[in-house]
Formats: sequence, C-alpha cells, structure tokens
Amino acid sequence: MKETRSIMIVGVGGQGTLLASRILGGAVIRLGYDVKVSEVHGMSQRGGSVVTYVRYGDRVYSPIIDRGGADVILAFELLEAYRALPWLKPGGKILVNRQKMDPMPVITGAMQYPERIEEKLSAVADVTAIDALALAEEAGSIKAVNVVLIGLMAKQTDIPKEVWLDTIRTTVPPKFLDVNRKAFELGYAKA
Amino acid sequence: MKKLLLGNAAVAQGAYEAGVRFVSSYPGTPSTEITECMATYPEEEVFVEWAPNEKVAAEAAIGAAIAGGRAMTCCKHVGLNVMADPVFTDSYIGVGGGAVFVVADDPGMHSSQNEQDSRHYARAAKIPMLEPSDSAECLAFTKAAFDLSEEFDTPVFLRLSTRVSHSQSLVEIGGREDHPLKDYEKNIAKNVMMPAFAIKKHVIVEGRTQRLKTYAKTSPLNRAEDNGGKIGVITAGICYDYAKEALGDRVNYLKLGMVFPLPEELLRDFAGKCEKVYVIEELDPFLEDACRAAGIDVIGKQIFTLLGEYTPNGIRKAILGEDPAPSVAVEETIPGRPPVMCPGCPHRGTFYVLKKLGLTVSGDIGCYTLGAAAPLSSVDTTICMGASISAAHGMAKVRGKEFAHKLVSVIGDSTFIHSGITGLIDIVYNKGINTVIILDNSITGMTGHQDNPTTGLTIRKEPTRQIDLITLCRGVGIDRVTVADPFDVKEFEQVVRREIAADEPSVIIAQRPCALLKSVKYSGCASVDAEKCRRCGMCMKLGCPAISRDPGSGAIRIDRAQCNGCGLCQNVCPFGAIGKEGD
Repeated sequence: MKETRSIMIVGVGGQGTLLASRILGGAVIRLGYDVKVSEVHGMSQRGGSVVTYVRYGDRVYSPIIDRGGADVILAFELLEAYRALPWLKPGGKILVNRQKMDPMPVITGAMQYPERIEEKLSAVADVTAIDALALAEEAGSIKAVNVVLIGLMAKQTDIPKEVWLDTIRTTVPPKFLDVNRKAFELGYAKA
Repeated sequence: MKKLLLGNAAVAQGAYEAGVRFVSSYPGTPSTEITECMATYPEEEVFVEWAPNEKVAAEAAIGAAIAGGRAMTCCKHVGLNVMADPVFTDSYIGVGGGAVFVVADDPGMHSSQNEQDSRHYARAAKIPMLEPSDSAECLAFTKAAFDLSEEFDTPVFLRLSTRVSHSQSLVEIGGREDHPLKDYEKNIAKNVMMPAFAIKKHVIVEGRTQRLKTYAKTSPLNRAEDNGGKIGVITAGICYDYAKEALGDRVNYLKLGMVFPLPEELLRDFAGKCEKVYVIEELDPFLEDACRAAGIDVIGKQIFTLLGEYTPNGIRKAILGEDPAPSVAVEETIPGRPPVMCPGCPHRGTFYVLKKLGLTVSGDIGCYTLGAAAPLSSVDTTICMGASISAAHGMAKVRGKEFAHKLVSVIGDSTFIHSGITGLIDIVYNKGINTVIILDNSITGMTGHQDNPTTGLTIRKEPTRQIDLITLCRGVGIDRVTVADPFDVKEFEQVVRREIAADEPSVIIAQRPCALLKSVKYSGCASVDAEKCRRCGMCMKLGCPAISRDPGSGAIRIDRAQCNGCGLCQNVCPFGAIGKEGD
C-alpha cells in the first residue's frame, strides 16, 4: 500500500454501527495493514448520533477523521449521512441506508426532518442508497441491517470477499451466522 | 501475536502481564472496559471487583498494595475527585506491591458533566503520571507504571483520554510475568499517616519527585524525534498522533510519555535545538506552564483552545497556516440527534409523572440525567454522583416546607449505593422531610450494564448477597418506603402525590428493570387504532423515539424497528387508541 484509507461509519445509537466497525477492523488486519478504529461509548449509545472512524494503511497515526477526510461514508440512516457530508473527501463515496429515524427535535415538533436528502447528497457526491432494512428482513432479521451495509461497503475496499465472510464468521454469534451471511450477500449484490 | 485492541483492553492486558493481583473500580465512561476486561482473566490470578464507589475502590487497591500484591483501580476523571482523599495520602505511604491509579479524562465531554484535566492531580498529589497515546503504549506503559511504582515506592497514575481508551489499534500480546506477593511487615512509620510520621514522609516524597525528574531525563518513556526541522513540538498522549498526522516529519517532536514530573533539562535541550517550539495538549496548559516555569519560550494556548478535543486539521491550520481539505458544506440547519432514553426505558414513566405534577426535580448521574431533555424536561439540577439527595436537602432547608412538598430527588440504584445513602442519612439526621425516588432498574445502566451491590451478582456474575434497598432505607431511619412501578402511571402518580405531602422523609423505589437487560422480555409492537386516535399528542409527551407524528397528515405512527412493545404509551393514551399489533 499506499495512503491511509479513511472510512466513517455513522448511524443512530442501537443500530449496530460498533459491530460494523469491528468487522471492518477485523477484516483489514487480516491483510496485514496498520489500523485504528475510534468509537465513542456511553451517552452516544442512547439513541444519539454515533460516529465511528476506521483508518488503515501502512502506518496510521490519528484514529479520527477530519472534515474533508473520509474516502467512504457508510451511513445507517439518511439524516446521519447528511450530517456527515462535510467529512467526505472530494471524490469520496457515500453509501447510505434509506431508513429514516426521527430525532427528538423532530419528534417534539421543534424542527423538521429535512426533505429529499438522497437527492441533495447525490447532487454533490457519488451516492449509493439502498433499503437495508428490507434486505435485512429478507435475510431473516431486521437486526442484520449492519451486516447488509457491511456487504454494500465491501466492494469499496481492496479486501477480498472471503476475508469479509471469514471475519463475520469469527465476529458474530454462531446461531446468527446464516442470517448474517445472507445479509452480507444481499448488501454485496447491491454495490 | 498482534491483536486489534481497545486502549482500555490493552491497559487490562498490560496489568495482567505485569502480574496484577487485585483490581477494584467503580464504572465510569470512558474507563469502564478496563475493569470489565480484567474480569476475563482467571480468578486464581487476579481478584477483580466493582466497588460501591471510587473512594472504596482506591482504598481497597491501596490496601492490597500495602499487603504486598500489585493492585490497580480505574476511574473516569470525576471519579478521581471521589477517590482524591486516599490518593493524596497514599502518595506519602507509598506501596508494597506496585499500585497504579488509572484515570480517563473526557475532552469534548462525550459522556461527562465537566471537562477537568486530571494531570493537575499528579502535580498536586506529587504522584508520577504516565500518558500513553495508543493501545500498544497503553499496554507497555501500564507495565512500566507497576515497575516504577515499586522502584520509587509511590503509586503511579496512568492517564488516558476518551480517544485513547476507545480507539482500537494493534498490540503485541505477551505472557504473564511472575511477581510474587511481597512480604508484609508491620511498619508503623511507613503506613500510619499521623502527623509525626507524615512530616517525615513529606520529606521523602519531595526527594522522590527529584529522583523521578532525574529518571525522566533518560527514561525511554520520553522520546525526542529529530527530523532536522526548525520547528519543535512538545506533546503527549493522543495529541502526539494528531500532530504526527498533521505535521508528519516536517517538525521535531518531544513525545512525553511521563507528564509528571517533567525533566526541565530534557525540555531545555530539545527547545535549544529548535527555532520555534509549540506545545500541543488538549485542555489545560499543563506542559506549557511547566516549560515556561523552566524558562523555555513556547507557543501553546495563544493559538490552541482550552476547550474540547483537537484534530489534525486544527493543528495543521494553527502551526502551518494551511487550510483544511476542502469539504462539502451543508446549507440548511440539520436537526441534532441528542441521546435519548431508550424505547422501553423505565425512567420514562417516572419523568412523565414528575413533569405532569410540575415538581422540582433534583437529578443525578446516570441514564436518567436525560430526564432533563425535551420533551420531558423534568430534571432541574445535576451536579455529581449522589448530589440529587444532598442538594435537595439544602434546597428544602433554605426554601422551607412548602417548597419541600413539591421537590423530589431522583437517583439510580447504583448511584444511591455510590454516595446517595450518605445524603439520605443527612436528611434523616437533620430532620428533613424530602422525598427520594430511587430509580431501581436492576443494573448500572449508563455505563453499559455493570452489576452492583443491589443486583446480587459480582463482576464475574457469581451470586452474592444482594443489598435490599427497602431494608437499607428503613435501617437509616426512613419509615415511609414504598415500592411502585413507574409504568403503572396512575398508581405511580398517586404514590408520588401521597409521599411528597407527608411531613416526614420518604423513599419511593421506582422498580422496573432496564429494557436492554436480556431478562426483560417485552414482546410485540404498539400500534395506533386510527379510528380511536384523536391525535391529542399525549403519547408524544413521553419522548419515546419510536413514536412520531406524520408531518403531512398529523397521524401518530409507531416505528416498528424501534418499538419493543413495553406498553407505556398504551397506559397514557386517554382514548385507548394504542394497542398491540395482532391483538
């Protein structure tokens, strides 16, 4: 390699973004790269915005990604993709789940959920949007949204498919392996 | 073997390899996982526990070290405030087996009530402090801390920050070293800190700091990187990584792994070789002040903020004047997504009732601090662990009986044991009439489900004697103790009305387990009967993230992906319009 590659994973607390970043981290070390994964636990898990950074390459210093520094933004929710937009590197790629989850200021009526987010993102960036929730349901569990999205992202990396599947096998509990493998394939096929 | 480890997990691995025998902590983000990870090592090798609070944890660790075993306690920055008393005096006593105090600061306040810089404690308590910048250093520095502790007869601080604790990077795993239990001998002059002995020990402590300074000059923990540049950067911890990312090999570095005491000579030698020297450190000008005191001209907080976390872009801009990479701007205002109580959270029922009754709510530290957020907006004050009860006592005494009858304290089960019980004793002893609501959700929720003395399980999930909150409250003199279910909102409201009206102190135990516990089995999903629903919005007042209003039609809708079927919204709907799917 090569320059450090920076992948930002954003979503809502409870959606399983941490597992996604751990699968990604686990996959890249199998290829011998240096890697740093930065998570924030605690308050942000309680339904708030959750941001995880994964950076890998020959030698990685900062565990965080700055504005304008993300090669890929993997978003578990539309509004969170929009919020993360300033972090995208020029020419970077946004992969987004079409799911919408109203944040509390929208629920209380203090603000409105922005309209046509997908359109706005596409106007300034290269965007692939999928309905990961439906695909997860097809795979057998709505909880597998994160692995559907991992599948979608897999093609944005130089990590071979077998490495991804092997990492998923060693990361998720055995009884959910079939669902997760199917979820990965469904996401992968959409990329 | 290289493994990708959280900084916190690497500290645990380092302590394990260093032969630690005793670890006692109270959970606190971002430090919690260290002690959780410790509990994954064999119990024959290391005794691990959750203590009721940080002071108890530190005292237990100090005792274990005096008794000859290597010992550790881990806390977040505000936890260090709680344990400060034994820590300052243990600086005088020193150790038998090595003692390490791990403290994790939270710049940016991801999960904290203040942004204190714990490095000041090192200087104030005259205890050496190491600061790693990634997981590999977390492991290595933890081991070094134990060795230093025994070599210099002092406890040693290991300072982390959120980004170090919660970032994963590669670590080389090693085996456990053999550090046999040291002999225990009665030594009154060393271990009894009464004035006659402490006066002599203070002299030893000052001498120790001088010896540590000499050590720091040549210690491999402090490392100069000469890249032939004219600019020098003095830094430590995560800021070293940010600086390397931002400035690469264009500048020289003095990376300090030991941030107290600082070797003035090393600082002066480094600065002398550079035309300009910057100090890069988050929060306070701790290293900067030390440089200035040593007569070194440095640039620090004139160009760097005292607030929050740093980033490589910010450093690049401040030092090189280079603007950050161009980024895409978002023109419209995006609604924020603050943390909220989870769907099914038992606290939601409590705050719904407290808001309805318009009470003054003295709050505490835990998930339920979120009771201050809209739309519940119920909590009036949050200070620190335990303050909900003691602060309410002060409020009631200064504003009188009428005010006290409209005032409640809310505190979690774990927080109550931590330091709420002493406030309750204050109320009983000093004839208060306050009502305290213990939010008993059967777990320490906020930090991610740790057991505590009220859960009946140890950190290793072994059954143990369970503290009974009712007996405990009665034991300190509370005659009025009521247990109520916060999801039975009508009954709960009656109980609160009755207890706040009483002219004696009372405790309400709001009992319902955290919805995220595996033992909690809510099922199904709520659904709105469009014919019965009058769109009054009563259910929206719960602030449940699964309930929202369709912006077009105004109809109430329930998000199936989020709803867990807890049933609270069914209980508050005045028209019986909410049922369960399939019912």
